[in-house]
Amino acid sequence: MRRLALLACALIGLAPAAEAQQRTRLTVYTALENEQLAPFKQAAEAALRDIEIAWVRDSTGIITARLIAERQNPRADIVWGLSVFSLLQMEALDMLEPYTPQGAEALRANMRSDRSPMTWTGMDAFVSAICFNTVVAQQRNLPRPTTWNDLLNPVFRGQVVMPNPNSSGTGFLTMAGWIGARGEAGAWEYMTRLHENIQVYTHSGSAPCNNAARGEYGVGISFDMRSVALRNQGAPIEIIVPTDGVGFDLEATAILRGTRNQAAARRLADFAVSRPAMELYGRYYALLALPGVEPTVRNYPADFAERLVSADFRAIATQRDRLLREWAGRFDGKSAPRN
Amino acid sequence: MSEAVLAGQPSRPRRSLDQRIMRWGLWLALAFLLAFLALPLATLLLRAFETPEGGFAGIANFRTYVTTPALLAAAWNSVWTAALTAAIVVPLAFIYAYALTRACIPAKPLFRAVMMLPLLAPSLLPALALIYLFGNQGMLRWLLMGGSIYGPSGIVAAQVFYCFPSAALILAVALSTADARLYEAAAALRATRLRIFWTVTLPGARYGLVSAFVVVFTLVVTDFGIPKVIGGQFPVLATDVYKQVVGLQDFNMGAVVGVVLLIPAVLAFLLDRWASRQRTATMSGRAVPLRPAPRAVRDRPLLAVCILVAATLVGIVGVAVWGSLIRFWPYNLTLTLENYDFTRFDTAGWDSVWLSVRMAAMAAAVGTVIVFIVAYVLDRGSQHGPLPGIGRFAAAVPLAVPGLVLGLAYVLFFNHPANPLGFLYGTLAILVLNSVVHFYTVGHLAAVTAIRQLDPEFESVGASMRVPVWVTFGRVTVPMCLPAILEIAIYLFVNTMTTVSAVIFLYGPDTKPASVAMVHMDEAGQASAAAAMGVVILGITVTAKLAQLLLGALLGRATQAWRR
Repeated sequence: MRRLALLACALIGLAPAAEAQQRTRLTVYTALENEQLAPFKQAAEAALRDIEIAWVRDSTGIITARLIAERQNPRADIVWGLSVFSLLQMEALDMLEPYTPQGAEALRANMRSDRSPMTWTGMDAFVSAICFNTVVAQQRNLPRPTTWNDLLNPVFRGQVVMPNPNSSGTGFLTMAGWIGARGEAGAWEYMTRLHENIQVYTHSGSAPCNNAARGEYGVGISFDMRSVALRNQGAPIEIIVPTDGVGFDLEATAILRGTRNQAAARRLADFAVSRPAMELYGRYYALLALPGVEPTVRNYPADFAERLVSADFRAIATQRDRLLREWAGRFDGKSAPRN
Repeated sequence: MSEAVLAGQPSRPRRSLDQRIMRWGLWLALAFLLAFLALPLATLLLRAFETPEGGFAGIANFRTYVTTPALLAAAWNSVWTAALTAAIVVPLAFIYAYALTRACIPAKPLFRAVMMLPLLAPSLLPALALIYLFGNQGMLRWLLMGGSIYGPSGIVAAQVFYCFPSAALILAVALSTADARLYEAAAALRATRLRIFWTVTLPGARYGLVSAFVVVFTLVVTDFGIPKVIGGQFPVLATDVYKQVVGLQDFNMGAVVGVVLLIPAVLAFLLDRWASRQRTATMSGRAVPLRPAPRAVRDRPLLAVCILVAATLVGIVGVAVWGSLIRFWPYNLTLTLENYDFTRFDTAGWDSVWLSVRMAAMAAAVGTVIVFIVAYVLDRGSQHGPLPGIGRFAAAVPLAVPGLVLGLAYVLFFNHPANPLGFLYGTLAILVLNSVVHFYTVGHLAAVTAIRQLDPEFESVGASMRVPVWVTFGRVTVPMCLPAILEIAIYLFVNTMTTVSAVIFLYGPDTKPASVAMVHMDEAGQASAAAAMGVVILGITVTAKLAQLLLGALLGRATQAWRR
């Protein structure tokens, strides 16, 4: 009897430990912002009690290169929060496990894979935007731009910085937006004129906004998510979503072909398109893949969604190599620094 | 077993035990270099000859690359910035090292420690400092007289800072041993000081000078961190690799540029061979170590140069430390310690720091043993056949391989399903081995320089007294080279603490190093937090360096009496 009681005690004592051991550890590759990792992990682990999330987070280019390099023996179970352009590249390499998460049909049509079963599902959209340093603007008498065309004004000569599309996904996203809004010929003409005002094409997608925040230059072209952390630190930075059409990219989820944790990865993919997850994304992004979820992020214009250019991601992705080569031919060769 | 085999083959000349040990050592050295350098690199670089689908492409990729307009510009930019940097750094480092080794100036250990500062900090830290100093809002912007830090001038300035320790380290080792008899003889022949310098000092340091030039040149050509952060869009070869691999995920074209970048390695190797053919051991068994005597005419200007260089190095790092204590450059300069609460910026918080310390300690422990033994075996073993040459070439290669190429090569090789070493992938061990290989060359050169200053007759005497080679190695070579060995260990430790470019492809969910966390903070716009992480890393590496100096002083008393 006493032995039985002891055994019971032991079992009770062991139970939580046993449960912890049974949790499936999912290796999740992501390009989400650092500050999003903890809340996302917490929410997912609260919803899926038997799953533990182990992040590997890096910038879009690095994480994509890693995923592709690891192709023969994937180490990631699932990707949660990576540019759809990267996922389309991986789809073309047959790296994604087709699976339609529960409820994924409810997502906006242009924010989920058009394959059946789906290869990826969208989370939210992030857009290219202008990071505008108001202090530098005052010092140098720069007017506040509201459209991309405003940046062609000669007063911005040497004041604009954008990511090199050949180095940075953000740079390519911006260029794709211009092509979407103006047509390809119009976009090349625009970029040729903008080139006159560019101080530097950076290799990093986040540098233009970070350096504009530090007053290194007045105008940085980057994407919208950057600003929050910077403003919290006291940077005099304003994020402007131009009204003449902005390119956007999706953060998306996809299961890796060959994952050893298929079942758990599927459940996380289900969670990633669920309403609670969308509400979580809505704390950071203004346009969510699931219609009807109200984002709680502030400082976005009411007509935000209308400013996005319609984008056929697959069509852009297939043109990518040619567009980038042409960009390099036009602007990279004559990229001696201007002082 | 092998005894029996050898005994059963009487026709084959019986080798002495020593020779056989050196032979096995050579094979082990080559096996290490093969498994952790040659095969991974080959896995990646062979992609230069493949189509994206994996078919054979011949030289089509090279043809595409050569017809890309920016290539020649990038190659030329790489060459001239590297040459200019080397032309500035090597004489400066020579003067500094000369002052440390051949003059009587006070506070030598301090200058020796300060010399290493640029290596002790992750390169992002001085980059931030340069922006605070010379950026468009910089405190010393007027010094540029209207120029911009973003471009070639910024690259050369940052590279001079970054390469100085490597050059000074090699030259200090090269100058630290000299035979006083040569100087006495020269003086007896009434040679002028200039002539002595020209005919005794410089030839004695020739090997070090060539090594230093080659190391600096190659470091600049392969580094993409500095051109990426403050080079603006000034195209160089290393940023071309970055563009192809990280921007376009085009491993084939990335491999093409990687192959192009190996050209400096081949040239460096040829130069090294040339220099080693000219070599003579400066410390023969009968040598009398040179002890510099005080001479104000020489010492005072040298001291002034040392102070100037040291002050610049400390100043740049000081600005970075200050940058870690402010809230937000340049708009909110109130001081705070909040930036050191890393959990606010990264979920791993301080854990990544401790992980980095473990990783760096392992790299130093494992790496130093490997580097020194391999260098010894390659230099003192039989020079018969092509193997020693192949080994020496392999040891020179890592310097010419950009970290990002090495990192990707490791992914492709160790993650391959058929690789028996695949169990290493995703562990701390692979990060350690990758770092050892990544920073192999400078350690190897330092080891070779130290070993070459010992007369081979030590081994001959040992052999004639029937002392096995490993006893001579353990009782003579290692103690005599202890300063160099310590130097190599600390070099590996600090570089592993600060490296980003290769490990960024290799870390796993539980093995994210502090240097990578620092880059992530900077990318997220948290420059002050990134600076704080950089300062913590610097604090650890400085501590390690000071420990080395202390240990070096204690050991020096025990093992370096022969130099005095």
